[in-house]
Amino acid sequence: MTHRKTLVRATVNQESVEFLCEPRQSLLECLRDILGLTGAKEGCNDGNCGACTVILDGRPVNACLVLGVEAEGCEIETIEGIARAGALHPVQRAYLESAALQCGFCTPGLIVATKALLDQEPNPSEERIRMWLANNLCRCTGYDKVIRAVQRAAEEMREVRA
Amino acid sequence: MSESTYAVVGTRPPRHDATDKVTGRAHYGADFQLTGMLHGFILRSPHAHAAIRRIDVSKAEAFPGVKAVVTSADLPESPEQMVDIGEGAMPLSYIRGNMLARSKVLYKGHAVAAVAAVSPHVAEEAASLIEVDYDVLPCALTVEDAMRDGAPVILPDLRTKEFGEQTGRPGNVAEHFRHVLGDAENGFTEADLVVEREFRTATVHQGYIEPHATTVLWNEDGHVLVWCSSQGAFTVRKATAAVLDLPVLRVSVTPLEIGGGFGGKIRIYLEPVAALLSKKSGRPVKIVMSRQDVFEGTGPTPGSHMRIKMGARKDGRITAAQAYLAYEAGAYPGAMVAPGAMCVFAAYDIPNVVIDGYDVVVNKPSTAAYRAPGATQAAFATESVVDEIAENLGLDPVEFRLMNAAKEGTRRADGPKFRRIGCVEVLEAMRNHPHYRAPLEGPNRGRGVAVGFWFNVGLASSCTISVNSDGTVNLLDGSVDLSGTRTSVSMQAAETLGLRAEDVRPSVGDTDSIGFTEVTGGSRTTYATGWAAVEAARDVIGQMKERAALLWETDAASVEFDRGVFRAGGRSITFQELAAQLDETGGPVVGRGAVNPSGAGGSFSGAIADVEVDPETGKVSVLRFTAVQDAGRAIHPSYVEGQMQGGSVQGIGWALNEEYFMSAEGAMLNSSWLDYRMPTSLDLPMIDTVIVEVPDPEHPFGVRGVGEANIVPPPAAVSNAVYRATGVRLYRLPMNPVAVMEALWQKESEPGGGSLHSDAAA
Repeated sequence: MTHRKTLVRATVNQESVEFLCEPRQSLLECLRDILGLTGAKEGCNDGNCGACTVILDGRPVNACLVLGVEAEGCEIETIEGIARAGALHPVQRAYLESAALQCGFCTPGLIVATKALLDQEPNPSEERIRMWLANNLCRCTGYDKVIRAVQRAAEEMREVRA
Repeated sequence: MSESTYAVVGTRPPRHDATDKVTGRAHYGADFQLTGMLHGFILRSPHAHAAIRRIDVSKAEAFPGVKAVVTSADLPESPEQMVDIGEGAMPLSYIRGNMLARSKVLYKGHAVAAVAAVSPHVAEEAASLIEVDYDVLPCALTVEDAMRDGAPVILPDLRTKEFGEQTGRPGNVAEHFRHVLGDAENGFTEADLVVEREFRTATVHQGYIEPHATTVLWNEDGHVLVWCSSQGAFTVRKATAAVLDLPVLRVSVTPLEIGGGFGGKIRIYLEPVAALLSKKSGRPVKIVMSRQDVFEGTGPTPGSHMRIKMGARKDGRITAAQAYLAYEAGAYPGAMVAPGAMCVFAAYDIPNVVIDGYDVVVNKPSTAAYRAPGATQAAFATESVVDEIAENLGLDPVEFRLMNAAKEGTRRADGPKFRRIGCVEVLEAMRNHPHYRAPLEGPNRGRGVAVGFWFNVGLASSCTISVNSDGTVNLLDGSVDLSGTRTSVSMQAAETLGLRAEDVRPSVGDTDSIGFTEVTGGSRTTYATGWAAVEAARDVIGQMKERAALLWETDAASVEFDRGVFRAGGRSITFQELAAQLDETGGPVVGRGAVNPSGAGGSFSGAIADVEVDPETGKVSVLRFTAVQDAGRAIHPSYVEGQMQGGSVQGIGWALNEEYFMSAEGAMLNSSWLDYRMPTSLDLPMIDTVIVEVPDPEHPFGVRGVGEANIVPPPAAVSNAVYRATGVRLYRLPMNPVAVMEALWQKESEPGGGSLHSDAAA
């Protein structure tokens, strides 16, 4: 049975959006199925894989663990909003140039999580990066090139800031 | 072509598909949408073994928003046949039986019925209203349970095949085969030391992050259109057509991007079910599995029970080896025990060998391939015994392996004689690596090594190359890209054509647009599809030579091509210049390559692992890890390293954490990633890699597939390291904290058993 829908107003990738969702629908479903933003992926739907990571009011969250109705008034950044004006974000470029992806399914979540980290901490240690990304499962890479990509992006972003 | 002339092969250009994948634009299985699309949900068995007495779908059908409900009664009947399911064949009745259970469910998670509705939530809700009357039967969950006298019979029609002959004996052993080389009994009498050990490994899952997803439209014209995530569109087409009893022409499969497979997305699970729902509802139907569905309803890789016996002389020569390999097939025959037997002693030149393999049906999901399927279990056993022998003989473990290493001309017990292989070179690279000689200080730490083999396959691949007027080319092949193969295939075409990698625009075709191509599996894509691309490029060159000859009014045979330039009789024209004149010289040039190589060169891999064991908790931490592999020729070294690192980490997960933890009633108790614990970034060090290049003599660039052999050595290397750290050898995977603590306690309780070094005691 379908349930009565609620109107939700939020900001997604710096644009105001309004959508109707059922109370039981997750933010991930709203992004993917209602707003057509399929960059965030569903790997587990129980908060263990991080493939659906989005930034919600400045914090990385698993979109599968947030209800759509909870997004009311929130600012959300998804993988689709990371690149600006036709140019890849340094984090995206670092993943691309470091061969830090294979199948690419976990990559949007990893990139969003990485951006959230580097927005807060410009020079994280390897241990800190490993701790931060422990929420994002990747089965292809063994994480080696992912960690190196994060280090590379951090370095580049520090240079730009300096 | 000599190595020094390569301009593209061996370089590290950006992947052609990388931008789509770092921006979230790439479309994977679940991202596909069609107008009017319904959502399917599959009801699965709560029991591991039960007879189905009755299924009542009436309440589900009446549920608002439901458009169709199907059960096995909706599947067609057709005569039994063997169906190629990619890297092997399976009886149609088993494939159909696994789609939707008929008279019995054979494992918890076995599909029973399916619902299509206006939303996934509605479909799930409606499915819960389907009433199924089960008559619960006793179950057998391991090979030892299933081979026991009086074990529950899982497939009543199954008869044991023994040594290639049907015995007519019912039971759960689908097949027993034996490979014999020399005289093992005699070989053991020549040995000064014989070690025999028994091993067990748990069922594990490939763990791809993307759940299986498919969308199917049974069109009004009777044509079935499939958009799905799989390792091979043609295999999906063949299996779907067979299950639905349709000619392959009536099924079209478009492969979407795939979020990992590792062997687990070769078999089909959803397509025929979605097709039946689409036929009944008249609308396209998408089905996306939940993670629990993936664990319980797709093919994990077999758990195993193994015995390995090896004998060696004091001088370090292995004289004989014997293996007993019994693998869990799951609900239907087809445990990967045959490839396990091909690999179990493949790293060694042993004159006397006996290998017995048993393919055993149990009440678990029907198993599927997982990266070098069957080899990792076997190598865990063999490499543990080899390590023990080396230690008892007082020999360095790498030197001992080198003394017995397989080389060109070595005969494997399963028949083939090795052509040029890189086993010795891999072992030498391990011996010479700084990691191997680096000091390892501190208590409870140890270093282990192991080697492994995977034979790799060739099989059919198709490729076309279309020349554009600006001298760039479009390349179309049939290999689903799991890990950068668009680029490794394009680079081989670019090298052949004298172009840059970025001058080639690759795409993966659907079953209507490209010639037959086998699955992306068996480490075959860069090897075989790359070879097809070379053939297509050579065809382009041949046709372009004719165009140059036309322009120069000469004979095509007199035109030569080298590094992007055509030459004849003192005249020359570049590929780009000639491409601009195709219209005037006869029209488009389309090159075609179709290959089916049978003699792929196998790949050897080695691992050096340093671990630390926490004596209080039993937790094993990997401190340092080096992977070594023979790539033949590394086309794109970054992605070769990526394969090695990914395979190594899957092997580490298999070694330390991963297992299907089953209740006595056959329910998987850890069917989420919280409890089925795959390695996270926090669990690992950097994974160092050494690419060894012993070119395959047949392949145009010497490529050997690199996708699989890297997972084979890590569990044994980690186990050998745990032994060096603790003095305790573990004979079961995974070596999780409980298993490690139990082994430590047992050692302490044994007479003469010492306690571990701890910081307090040190």
